[in-house]
Amino acid sequence: MRTRALIRMAIILSLAAPATEALAANADDFQAALAKAEAANKQAGAIKNQWTTTAGTLKAAQAAAAAGKFDDAVKLANDAEALANASIAQAKEQETAWTQAVVR
Amino acid sequence: MLRKIFIAIAIVVGAAQPLLADNAVDPKADFKAFRDYFTKRFPKVPLDDFVNGPYSMDADLRKQWKAIDEFPPYEFAVEKGKEMFATPFKNGKTYGDCFQNKGIGIRQNYPYFDAKSGQVITLDLALNQCREANGEKPFDYTKDEMAALTAYMAFTSRGKRFDIKISNDPRALAAYKNGGEYFYTRRGQLNFSCASCHVQSPGNHIRTEVLAPALGIVAALPIYRSEWGGMGTTSRRFTSCNSQVRGVPLKPEDEAYRNVEYFLSYMSNGLPISGPGARP
Repeated sequence: MRTRALIRMAIILSLAAPATEALAANADDFQAALAKAEAANKQAGAIKNQWTTTAGTLKAAQAAAAAGKFDDAVKLANDAEALANASIAQAKEQETAWTQAVVR
Repeated sequence: MLRKIFIAIAIVVGAAQPLLADNAVDPKADFKAFRDYFTKRFPKVPLDDFVNGPYSMDADLRKQWKAIDEFPPYEFAVEKGKEMFATPFKNGKTYGDCFQNKGIGIRQNYPYFDAKSGQVITLDLALNQCREANGEKPFDYTKDEMAALTAYMAFTSRGKRFDIKISNDPRALAAYKNGGEYFYTRRGQLNFSCASCHVQSPGNHIRTEVLAPALGIVAALPIYRSEWGGMGTTSRRFTSCNSQVRGVPLKPEDEAYRNVEYFLSYMSNGLPISGPGARP
């Protein structure tokens, strides 16, 4: 009975180990996330609507990657991409919305 | 059938009319609406007092300013600018040779639209163009020497009234319209436009500061700002506004900034130059 329980636990652990490894980000994951964030921020720059917070978050992502904290780095890069996309959406929305604020 | 087509065309044209009206550029109508907005909202503020920015909105702040102005913090900049203005370039010419009336009392005519280059020329840009035409390196557009030169030129123009012209040149009208668009467009993570603070909220506090009205806001530039611990130009003012709303600023004297200055200066037509100014 005791042997069977140990075998069962060993099977569960052996299944769980690769799953945990899959959750941990690595340098390649970070580079992929960084590339997407930088591309979005470049697009925001082309329409002259970058946010300072995007640049700050990108910098923090790179610092985390340099420290080997790839989970944090990927999360920060994703945040930076979201900020850049929000700045692009803002610019697009304001292309027409600005007229509503004009003093008439 | 033909009748239905005519009706359909009439409906489409009718629906398109307000849109066309919105897109039409009418600086005179804009000017009247802008002026009316501020004078009706602040009926107790004398028109000329709008150039004093936050001091026209807040009595206590005004008292502090009056006290500070007994020993104006921009005085050193005016003296430095005067000296620079009189000092010849290496080729023997001076700044005065680049400007009408030798550069004295002309601040109120800037910016203007230059038909030859097809762009808005601010006083700051004209000063650097003058330097480069005389074999000198351009100055930084945000502070120090540029602030000193423009402080002196503004000082010699005090009391003279803005006289900004927008010709019927479509490029001038486009520059004016683009300036207005930038002014009213929300940007930065905080989602603020220039107008959010200076049209919708003048007189209100943002943290410890009293927001200045957009009407006449350019008349006091350049300014000594306590927050900066020194002098700053129009470019410095615009870039710091962008940063404060968490937007990446444009380059100083970027075409978009010059267009904003063109728009705001036209809106201030008839108001007196009060620069250089002092602000908290």
